[in-house]
Order: sequence, then structure tokens, then C-alpha cells
Amino acid sequence: MGDKKIVVVQLSGGNDYLNCVIPYDNPHYVDNRPNVRITEDRVIPIGDGLGFNPVMSPIKDLYDQGKVAVIHGVGYPEPNRSHFRSMDIWHTAELTKVGNEGWLGNAINQMYPKHDNVVAAVNFGAGLPRALVSHGAPVASVTDLNTYGLMNHVSEVDQRNEALQAFKDMYSQAIGSGPVMDYLSQTGLDALRGAEIIGGVTDKYSSDVEYAENSFAKAMKGAAQVLQADIGTRICYTQHGSFDAHTNGIALQEGLLTDVSGGIYDFYDDMKRANKSDDVIMFVFTEFGRRVKDNGNGTDHGSGGVAFVIGDQVDGGQYSEYPSLAADQLLEGDLRFNLDFRSVYTEILEDWLEIDARTVVKGEYEKVGFLKN
Amino acid sequence: MAHLLRRAGFGATPYEMDRALSMGYQAVLDDLLNPDHPDVIPDDLIRRYHVDQSDLRSGGGAHWVYRLVMTDTPLREKICLFWHRVFATGTTKLIQNRVVTNQIDMFREHGMGRFDDLLVELSRDPAMIMWLDNQDNHGSNINENYGREILELFSMGVGNYSEDDIKETARAFTGWRVVNPDYMSIRMRNNTARPYGYMSWQFEYDDDDHDDGEKIILGQKGKWNGEDAVRIICEQDATARFVSRHLYHFFVADELPVPQWPHEDPKDPEAIDVLCRSYFENDHDIGAMLRTLFESDFFKDGGSRYARIKSPSEMVIGTMRLAGPIDLPSEETYMADAACANMGQALMRPPSVEGWQGGTEWINTGAYVERVNFAGRILNDPDKQGVRDIIDRIKALSGQSTITSDELVDNCLEVLGPLEVLDTTRHGLKNYASKFGDMKWSDESLSSEFDRAAVAIIQLVVSSQEYQTI
Repeated sequence: MGDKKIVVVQLSGGNDYLNCVIPYDNPHYVDNRPNVRITEDRVIPIGDGLGFNPVMSPIKDLYDQGKVAVIHGVGYPEPNRSHFRSMDIWHTAELTKVGNEGWLGNAINQMYPKHDNVVAAVNFGAGLPRALVSHGAPVASVTDLNTYGLMNHVSEVDQRNEALQAFKDMYSQAIGSGPVMDYLSQTGLDALRGAEIIGGVTDKYSSDVEYAENSFAKAMKGAAQVLQADIGTRICYTQHGSFDAHTNGIALQEGLLTDVSGGIYDFYDDMKRANKSDDVIMFVFTEFGRRVKDNGNGTDHGSGGVAFVIGDQVDGGQYSEYPSLAADQLLEGDLRFNLDFRSVYTEILEDWLEIDARTVVKGEYEKVGFLKN
Repeated sequence: MAHLLRRAGFGATPYEMDRALSMGYQAVLDDLLNPDHPDVIPDDLIRRYHVDQSDLRSGGGAHWVYRLVMTDTPLREKICLFWHRVFATGTTKLIQNRVVTNQIDMFREHGMGRFDDLLVELSRDPAMIMWLDNQDNHGSNINENYGREILELFSMGVGNYSEDDIKETARAFTGWRVVNPDYMSIRMRNNTARPYGYMSWQFEYDDDDHDDGEKIILGQKGKWNGEDAVRIICEQDATARFVSRHLYHFFVADELPVPQWPHEDPKDPEAIDVLCRSYFENDHDIGAMLRTLFESDFFKDGGSRYARIKSPSEMVIGTMRLAGPIDLPSEETYMADAACANMGQALMRPPSVEGWQGGTEWINTGAYVERVNFAGRILNDPDKQGVRDIIDRIKALSGQSTITSDELVDNCLEVLGPLEVLDTTRHGLKNYASKFGDMKWSDESLSSEFDRAAVAIIQLVVSSQEYQTI
């Protein structure tokens, strides 16, 4: 099995495309955004009349090094403007029916059909995003790497270790007493083993990189700790938000993008210094962009968005095209997508995780070409 | 008795168990099926503390968690969970909690009545209408989503009707919509998170939009409306069979996931026959079927005990009920709702219209960590009323002022269920407990030492694989 890794960053709530990668000299942008606009003097230009949001200078730094693929106009047909439904669609790659299985969960099952890598995927945050869920796919979900583990309510270390030993005894001895009990026992043991492995990574980690104090930075540091420990984790997942900026649009988005840009830069830097940046990419997405016209103080739900893929093995630059902002080109006031997100998934699955994408995205999609080679 | 209380409710605290044993099986069952007392839930408190029950943007099941923990009509709540799984409707698409809360209230009222009545209510339910797009089902142009699902997922199951039956059923339900449907569905789709624009939805029947032509549904010809379609559906053997299998799956033993039902025989075909007969003999009454089920040998005999994997809601609610009542709706219920979701069952936010499949699908490593840690955390404090009661009973069972570590384990398993466990599990628990040696509680410090030991054993018991089953 390969050893390439991916960190998926979900920008929840709908990241405003227009103020993230800004078409600053497009007259339609100025017309449609009388209030919620980044003025030209603040934009960080990246060419072709586009520029990054001013808080994204760390990303610009990586972009200049050729590490950042900006993927324009990503979406899917008949866009749904409900956060939940649209996120579901991104998570399951199922457009018409409500899917149960996540695209990364399916990927894990394909990579480890025997379910023998109990730490193949690690989520940072509470609960499990649907993207990682698939029957039998072992996934760990970590809120705090320092306290992660089974029976973390037992505060005394000795007592906890004894309880865990007892747990292990109870569970391993039950194997062989029937299919359901076996399944429960095996899963319990896998959970314990995963928790032990992941719980140990903080001890091995040392780095000079100083992450910021916010939940996203903490998650990215956690991802760096897990990936640097070489425990077999292939997928890390985290989310930040909410980008749902109906009001107070600019300040809200810039605050969050500051966290995201900083976290991504520090993670890259951390991996680089550990000499492990070569086999990891980051994939940044959101469930939809926002309405072209602002609502006075914020923006409403839209369609068509921007995604980023970042890493040493990424062929930096801009992919696909910025959708037209002209009124007659909009779809109910929103940008028309011009690249299906399943194309992005296909390239990640086939050329990075090296598995068959067709069963995951249920079809054949042309790759985008953002990965080197 | 413990088996009945686990399945028809959320398990019993030691007190509830005593009361049940003094009443006897039949009286307990009567009370579960027809409680002669109103539920004690203070609705005003729920309204005051749980804005989530009518949250217009998203929401969750925290208010329901409170009700589930506090109810003294547990079967009525359990049947709501049952129908919520079969008729799974979610705020995820509807973007408003109020209408899903109303749907659950409807299950509370009609969930143990005639299946015909329930299906008519369901077809008139605004949340269901919007969930399955019946507002787009017009006399002139049908949308067959609801027509399909009422046959496939809600009554008969795949393979018992034709594509034409779907279209004809959809025609029967034309005109069944919510007031002002176009506006309401645009609001739903283009959620702008400005909740002021939302209104709870109301059902309306629009005769002008109804196709009153002749239809042939499942071989019966007539100018059928929705109520007729329901009547025809409810007369079918396949419907009796499908409902029976669902009841068996939920109350008796884990079945295969629903999509496999058309291809695989039921686990216990005779049990399904018994339930089907009960369906027809009792005029499609769900309560009567439940009575048949709980009085049957296939339920009472050993084979069905611990034959199901606890759903997250059963795990969370059962454990919280062990720990004792909640004073007020509070953070605890929100935390419990989140825990349920983390274990894979987000109440009022089912993953799809197919609901949750249950069984081993509940179990994965992430959910497992959540289960073990949740149960341990809830039962962490010897001063919680329920935990205190468990500890007192462990002491009382010893009949003396001292207890060996083996007795501590045996008594704990007895009080917590009684919980039947594998010999290897009992041995593992005793092995762990042996470090505590013989214990007394004759003075304060010995007593608090004993409390700690008892809590440690309780926590290990609820982290066992047996505790994941019901």
C-alpha cells in the first residue's frame, strides 16, 4: 500500500468565493457587491485580474512557491442551497439520492479491505463527518489529542491502565462466542488499539513550529503530529467555520480565513521541517459559494465555489475558469459551476491514494491535472 | 421482566424493577400499552428550555432526549423512535425543527393505533410532504416520490407492487400539499438563514389540484383519493408482513438490513406469521400487534435476549435513566443528543429516507470509543441519585456489612439489569475487582473507598460488549 497522505479541510457554512479569490477589477463584482466587497488596494493579486483575500498572505507565500492549485468554479448540477444537503452531496458524491457512505470511507475500505489499519483515517473534531463513514471502515475521531483514548473519564493513570487491561481481557476472551459478539469484541479491540496508537503520538512529536491559538490550528497540529508519527494514517480530516456570513460578511470571513491560512501554512512548514512534506497534500473545499449580489451586510447561499489543493506534489497555479459574473450567465443569481467536484475527487483517489475512483464517485470524470506527473 | 422493560422501554432502574416485579408481567405490559396515567413530562419546561424543538433553521433532538429520559410511558416513546426509523424524516432537508417535532408528536398520538390512520396522518404530515416533495405532485403533472416511498419504505416493501402502482398511488395523493407550497419550498431550498421568513407548515387538500380520474391501485379500480390508496395498501398481505418484520427487527431481534428483505427470508418466519395474523385479526391495530409480540414465546424465550445491538438512543437514554432523573432540561440533554449523533444516530436528522439500518451497522471504532466513554462519564459520580441507588443495592444484596470483590461484581451485574454476561466477561470483571479485596463501609472513609470501587466496576460493566446489546 502506498504511503501518500491527505489532509482534508472542510470550510463549513459556505465560504464566499468572490471574497476569497477576488475578481477585483471585474465591473460586475463592483456592481454586485456595493457593501460586501474587498477593495482593490487590499487584494493580494495572483494574476489574471484575480487576487487573494488580504488575510491569505500565508497562502500567497505557498502559491508563489508553486505549491497551491486554485480550482475555480467547482460544484455540481442542480445546486442545492441547503447547507446540510449540499454538504451531504460533497460527502457522499451522491447527487440524486441521499447516500449513506462517504467518499473517503469508501476509499478506506478499498485501501484496506481487511479493515486491518485501525488508524487509516483520523478526524479532528467532535463526531464523524459523513465523508469518512462507510460500513466496516475504522475511523478515529479526536477532539483533543492529549486526552484522546478509551475511558478517558478515569483520571488516574494507573487506575485507567488497569481498567483498559481489564477491557482488553474481557474483549479478547469473548472472541469465538458467536458472530455478533465477535464483531462487537473485534471492534472494541480495534477501537482500543487505535486509541492506544493515536494516544502515543504526542510523545514522539517535537517541532519548532508555533501554531496559533485556535481550534483549526490545534486540529492541523494534531494532523501533523499523527502524520509525523508514521502510524499508518492516510487521511486526516477537519473542518472550520461557520462561514455562513449572512451578516457581517467581511469581518466574519476574514477572521476564519486568517485561522485557515495560518493553520495550513504552519502545517506545511511543520511537515517540511520534519522532511515529510513530500507525501502529503491538503484539499480545501466548501459546500457552496455565496450569492453574487450582497444583501447589504452579508451574502446569502449560492452555488459554485473554489477549492484548493496544496502540497509539494501539486502543480501550482489556477485550474478551470472563474465563472462569469455577467447577469445573463448567472443561475438564479448564483455562479454557474464549470467543474464537477467529482473530477477533483477522481484525481485525488486515482493519482494520489491510488485506488479505483469509479466505484466511489459512481462514474467517470476527467481529471483536473493539479498533481505533478 | 427485565427483557420486557429493556425492549418496551429503556431498561429499568432498580426501583422500577422492584415495582414491575410486584405488579407482574401482564400488568406491566398493560400499563406499557395503555398507560392509565398521563406522562409526567412538563411540557412548559421543555418549551422554556428547549428552543431547539421549534428551531427554524436546523436543530436536533435534545428536547426529545429530555422527554425520553424523563418519561414514565416509555413504550409510547419507544414507538415514536420506531416510526421515526421507518418513516425517517429529517431537518437536514427541511431546515426547520418544528415540523419534525410535530411529526414525532403525531407518532405519539397515533403510533399505537390503526396502521391505516397512521398512514393517512403521515400522508397529511407537512414535514413528510416537503421531505418527499408531495407539494410538487400535481393533478396535471405527478411527482412520484411519495407514491413510491409509501409503497417501498412505509408499507409493502420492494417487489410487491409495480411501477404503475407507484404512479397511480402518486395520482391518488395529488392535491395533498402544504399551504402556499411554492413559496414554502423555495424558502426551504434557498435557505437564507433569516429565520424570520419561516413559518410552520400546515396541511391543505386542494381539490382543484387533485386528479379525480379513475385509477388502478394494486388491482383495485376506482376514483381513488389518498385515503382510498391507504385503505387498499393496508389490506395487503405484503403490508402486514412488512410491518411485522419491522416490529420484529426493532423489538425482538436484529434482522438483516431492510434492502435485503425482498431477497432473504425472515429470521423467524413463524414469528412473522403470528404477527401478521394479529394484524388482520385486530383490524390493523399496532398496539394489538405489540401485545401479541410481547406475549409470544418467540419474545419471551431465551433466544431473543440480548439479540439486538443497542441503538445509540437506547444506549444513551438507558444509561442516563440509570444515572437518575435530570432536574431541568439542560446542557446535559444537548450533550446527550450530540453523543447520540456521534454514535451514528442523530435524532431528527436521519441520514436518509431509509432511516437507520441498525444491527451491526451501529458499530464502528469511532462509535465504540464514544459509547464506552459516554456510559462511563454518565455513571462517574457516586452522588448521582441513580448511581447512589445502585451502590446501596449492591450493599443490600450482600446482606452483610462486608463484601468480597467477587460479590461486588455479581451484585453489580444483578442490580444493573440483571445483565447476563459471558463467563469470560464475568471472570474479567472479577479479576479486575480482585485488587479491591474484601470491602466494608462501616466508616466514612471506608464507605467512600467502597463507592469508588463500585463506580469503577459499574464503569467497566457498561464498557463491556454485552452492555452494547439489549
